[in-house]
Amino acid sequence: MSLTETDADTTLQLADLLARVQALEVSDAAQIQKKNKLTIIAWGGDLDRIWPTTILASTAAASGMDASVFFTFWGLFAIVKPDVRITGESWMQKMMSVVNPGSAQRAKLSRYHLGGAGPAMFKRFADQRQVAKPEELMALSMDLGVRLIPCQMTMDLLGLKREDLIDGLEEPIGAATAILEMREAAVSLFI
Amino acid sequence: MTDVSADLIVTTVDARGQSCPGPLVALARVLKDAEPGDLLELLATDPGSRSDVPSWATLTGNELVEAREHQGEFRYVVRKA
Repeated sequence: MSLTETDADTTLQLADLLARVQALEVSDAAQIQKKNKLTIIAWGGDLDRIWPTTILASTAAASGMDASVFFTFWGLFAIVKPDVRITGESWMQKMMSVVNPGSAQRAKLSRYHLGGAGPAMFKRFADQRQVAKPEELMALSMDLGVRLIPCQMTMDLLGLKREDLIDGLEEPIGAATAILEMREAAVSLFI
Repeated sequence: MTDVSADLIVTTVDARGQSCPGPLVALARVLKDAEPGDLLELLATDPGSRSDVPSWATLTGNELVEAREHQGEFRYVVRKA
């Protein structure tokens, strides 16, 4: 093999490598960098939804993960202050708040509610086994740095005002910000 | 896993009787104020802790130095990373 042939070979190989590096750079720029983070969309306000929501959020925070919970639809009633009874402006919004009593303390069971007997039974089991209740886990979550974020649109829809909701929440956000939260989270759940 | 003698333990978290996620949250809160390298002891009765404490160690990068079970009680020793 002559010297010029080797040179041409090397030049070709270099050009090929350069093209590969450039292709890698382009695909790397398009990749989403995920954080060690859990995001939960808390759609359900039932006791059997808000309980796992608060267990997972507090455990993630205790495990060194960033965690955020986005409250929307029935989930919002779980973050209404316990002493706030009727919320909303119109009679329909008010009726909604009557059938969905606010706060995690008063959350209903999605099945076997039995006029309140179901949740009472569950909470007795929880006391016996020293399982923290959703309202305790929610306070604990905030203490551990979990960001609890209400959905602005559903707040408006249900007539919920910022002062109807518990203290310590983040500013209400919209769907795009919720998507952004989820996009960067390694784990996203809809509960 | 080696046996860690009691005099090397900096803090003991007694979470006996508590269920998930009680023991882990209690441990995490104490760990926050500990120094890197400190050995912390967790006492628990929750059978779920058998899988949860190693998982928590993997998630947080803290080292699980010891895990023992004796008559339904669990003892874990964790070294803060």
